[in-house]
Amino acid sequence: MLEFFSQSWHWSISGAMIAFVMLLLIFFGQRFGVSSSFRALCSIGGAGKKIDYFNYNWKSHSWLLTFIVGSMIGGGIASTVLASPEPVQISQSTIDDLSELGIKTPSTMEEGAGFLPTDVFNFDSLLSLKGMIVIILGGFLIGFGTRWAGGCTSGHAITGLSNLQLPSLVAVIGFFIGGLVMTHLLFPIIFSL
Amino acid sequence: MRLIYFLITGILFGIVMTKSEAISWFRIQEMFRFQSFHMYGIIGVAVVAGALIHFLIKKTRFKNITGELIDFKDKPKTYKASLFGGTFFGLGWALTGACPGPLYTLVGHGYFIVLVIIASALIGTLVYGALRKKLPH
Repeated sequence: MLEFFSQSWHWSISGAMIAFVMLLLIFFGQRFGVSSSFRALCSIGGAGKKIDYFNYNWKSHSWLLTFIVGSMIGGGIASTVLASPEPVQISQSTIDDLSELGIKTPSTMEEGAGFLPTDVFNFDSLLSLKGMIVIILGGFLIGFGTRWAGGCTSGHAITGLSNLQLPSLVAVIGFFIGGLVMTHLLFPIIFSL
Repeated sequence: MRLIYFLITGILFGIVMTKSEAISWFRIQEMFRFQSFHMYGIIGVAVVAGALIHFLIKKTRFKNITGELIDFKDKPKTYKASLFGGTFFGLGWALTGACPGPLYTLVGHGYFIVLVIIASALIGTLVYGALRKKLPH
């Protein structure tokens, strides 16, 4: 049993489990959408005094903040008790493309679990232009973009698309325009810095 | 509203995000390079299963835990915001290899550098809140 949970899952099981999480949240009276938490956290920090957008009852999102704490605990469990015996198996063509950009894909657990390229994602790299762009600008774009679009992968791509919402389809098209431009046009520039 | 339900659902979500490998920066690169079906399979199954869930809830007038009928609100028809905001998010998604759910899960894995990404996302949210009335929606 534990062995089954320790292995990485087939995509069909993963997809079904995400839909199950969505169903649980609906059953408990809420709707699946993680990026609203950014607005709630800004509001808790007192941003509502200066900016109207944050002047709302953030306690209506206390369920979401609890959910997030849970997802951190779940991450902790998944990386210890249920840790996979081998790193994420990435396709060879991606490994080759990334190696041209100077990014090494881990092939053994000693080199990493394959979740983050730790050569780029570390505190020292915050002192380099490349690190600042990837970490700080990257984070900024996530917050700015998801709140402008009114949702992220969970709110638009999963919940919105499965409820046949046209604005969500437009948002997902936007996600891919941005992702493709970044990966194919801007990565070669950023990773040569 | 019993918060314990959301804590447990969140724990399940963190495990699912990890075991699906949706938290992997490398998987997101595979997706944007069209070099693996993995992420498309996950999102595709989640959307199809989700559509079935939505359909059945509406058809059977399924009630939630407090016995109320489930009311699905439509997303606001702000297409410009969806497209432009979505594109900005896509740029950030490819850079950091994580959407908001996985960001929190990665912190639980002990990747504390991700806290800097989350802090930057909060600054991005603040800037959006300040500029909101000037941006097209």
